[in-house]
Amino acid sequence: MNNALQISWLIPILPLIGFLINGLGRKQLSKSASGFLGSAVVLASFCLSLWVFFQVLSGNTGTVQYFDFIHVGKLNIPFGFKIDQLSALFLLIITGIGFLIHVYSISYMHEESSADFAKYFSFMNLFVFSMLLLVMAENYVVMYIGWEGVGICSYFLIGYWFKNKDYTDAGKKAFIMNRIGDLGFLLAAFWFIAKTGSVSFDKVLTPEAVKLLSNFDITAITLLLLVGATGKSAQIPLFTWLPDAMAGPTPVSALIHAATMVTAGVYMIARTNLLYSLSPISQSVVAIVGLVTAVLAATIALKQNDIKKVLAYSTVSQLGYMFLALGVGAYTGAIFHVMTHAFFKALLFLGAGSVIHAMSGQQDMRYMGGLKKNMPITHITFLLACFAIAGIPPFSGFFSKDEILAAAFSRSPILWVVGVLTAVMTAFYMFRLYAMTFRGNFRGTTEQEHHLHESPSAMTVPLIILAILSVVGGFVGIPEVFTANGHQLNNFLEPVFRESNKILAVHPLSHTTEYTLMAVSVVGALIGLWVAWRKFSAYQISTAPETGLGKILANKWYVDELYNAVITRPMHAFGDFLGNVVDKKGIDGIVNGIGKFVNYGSRQVRWLQSGQVGAYILLMVLGILGLFIIQLFL
Amino acid sequence: MDIKAYIALSLILFCTGIVGVLVRRNAIIIFMCIELMLNSVNLLLVAFSKMHAVSAAAKASSTFAADAQIFVFFIMVVAAAEVSVGLAIIVMLYRNTHSIDINFLNRLKN
Repeated sequence: MNNALQISWLIPILPLIGFLINGLGRKQLSKSASGFLGSAVVLASFCLSLWVFFQVLSGNTGTVQYFDFIHVGKLNIPFGFKIDQLSALFLLIITGIGFLIHVYSISYMHEESSADFAKYFSFMNLFVFSMLLLVMAENYVVMYIGWEGVGICSYFLIGYWFKNKDYTDAGKKAFIMNRIGDLGFLLAAFWFIAKTGSVSFDKVLTPEAVKLLSNFDITAITLLLLVGATGKSAQIPLFTWLPDAMAGPTPVSALIHAATMVTAGVYMIARTNLLYSLSPISQSVVAIVGLVTAVLAATIALKQNDIKKVLAYSTVSQLGYMFLALGVGAYTGAIFHVMTHAFFKALLFLGAGSVIHAMSGQQDMRYMGGLKKNMPITHITFLLACFAIAGIPPFSGFFSKDEILAAAFSRSPILWVVGVLTAVMTAFYMFRLYAMTFRGNFRGTTEQEHHLHESPSAMTVPLIILAILSVVGGFVGIPEVFTANGHQLNNFLEPVFRESNKILAVHPLSHTTEYTLMAVSVVGALIGLWVAWRKFSAYQISTAPETGLGKILANKWYVDELYNAVITRPMHAFGDFLGNVVDKKGIDGIVNGIGKFVNYGSRQVRWLQSGQVGAYILLMVLGILGLFIIQLFL
Repeated sequence: MDIKAYIALSLILFCTGIVGVLVRRNAIIIFMCIELMLNSVNLLLVAFSKMHAVSAAAKASSTFAADAQIFVFFIMVVAAAEVSVGLAIIVMLYRNTHSIDINFLNRLKN
């Protein structure tokens, strides 16, 4: 128990208060009041997170417990927070980037009515609260509360413009897909309780406690947790909700993709790293899921024309990288990529939001182009983010991606080859996006052209801050080959992954190999960048329909259609069968049949009640005779 | 005399009573048929009692058992009481319907 960390409960409570005030007072609060309140509580959380971060930096980590959440028999689940290097880092990412997104939203959402505006901020606050609860949780049950919280908040925010049926459907899709994954998480938590009698990280994730678990238990638990992570972090097979989640306002996408929600799966696996390290099978599954997702999403992104869809698929692809890193045991690499990705993906989404804002809601890149001169700040910051995501040195994405690829290479060169291929595609589609949006000639309507303007400073200042972070964010993790002891993040996170690193016995690559790997991936990315730049700078709208592979990619590998055909439609058919045949004919038939039989039978038996005394006596005599016969002869 | 003869007579009387109750509509006749059935049972009781007394005497091991014959007296007393009630009902029936045909009693039906 650590007294200095005791007040860390304020960090999640502040956004919760913001949610309550904004939510309950949405009719009374003015726009500026609710926007200010929503941002201020997150800023306050950020300041507290910074304080906690410096506490952690000075070696002050620990678990704080507030009260017993569930106490049944021998099972005791406390409500408490675990403050260590991993959660402190996530706190900073969530509240820091969350705050920038809140500030940006004040300007972006200014056209909404004040009640809707307050509603928006209350949900954003709740989202931040849930995510903070998730990363601060001291055990799987409290984590699950946050886990479900972000799920429901994503539903609220994706379906924010609920008058559009497509948008609410997208919200439902996100929620249902998440629920499928959550089941895996829940089962894993039950498994922990059954085998170890506890769900606290301090009790189940120690080398001693792990001895209680057989190899089968470990593999099963880790695979179930992976199911949960695929739902939340949009990995195969549950990734299709994330691109649809673009239905929400753009800052919401930024929040989902950068600060909250999708990093939850990565966080959870990193938190459970000890178990994954003990199960080679699960590790391989995680790596393969990540890699396949990365490639698949990258190929889809090549052919999308909606600016937000491209970014959505790029998120799925980058999350695939993170899972690859987790799968090959490069936990620090995964967290590093979460961090750098949070910077540049938030920047990309907010930049895209700025573009969409300027284009009066137009999201199709085919009708953009040449925005460079009208929106200088958005343009420069966006370009920097593209460099970062493409992995061009010395931008932040380069360092994290390089670390993941190097780790993948030391596990298996095939993983590395596919990873580099994905990196090339990433560079290509990001610069396709950039070139189509900012270079060439404007292809929209003249009305839109007159309306083009740089966004107000409430939107550009967050962009600039994020751009700086995207550029320099990588320097916390300079690889060993460049400077000895340059990987500050690795040193910082070392206590969290110490036990895993003992098990996994990393064999470092020689410096020449590492330089070669770096050179290959950078050259690959540069080629992808150059090709896209050349090809799409002078893009003209073509009406020719896509053919062959292009058509498959533009239609997202028909994954949605496949799920429809394999799962949704058979479920509907089964439901119809149950409804029409089993229920209407079977169950209704039995109920109505009993009624009809009684009705009919009574009508027939009624004739016995004739009112003739003789008839009654006759029946009585016959009955007695029958009894005699039974008694005497049978 | 053979016990079978008593049983046969009793059976005939009883069946006559049943058939009378079933087929006749005159309340007095039905009443008499019921008496007939009661008395056939009385006859049977007395016959069996006598039979047991004879076999007991042959063994000379037990005293004469008169239980069944006392039963018969009981039945007679109950029957007499029943007759008084029954006849009273019939009188009331006649007062109401000016007939003693029991088919007029089905009025409760509706």
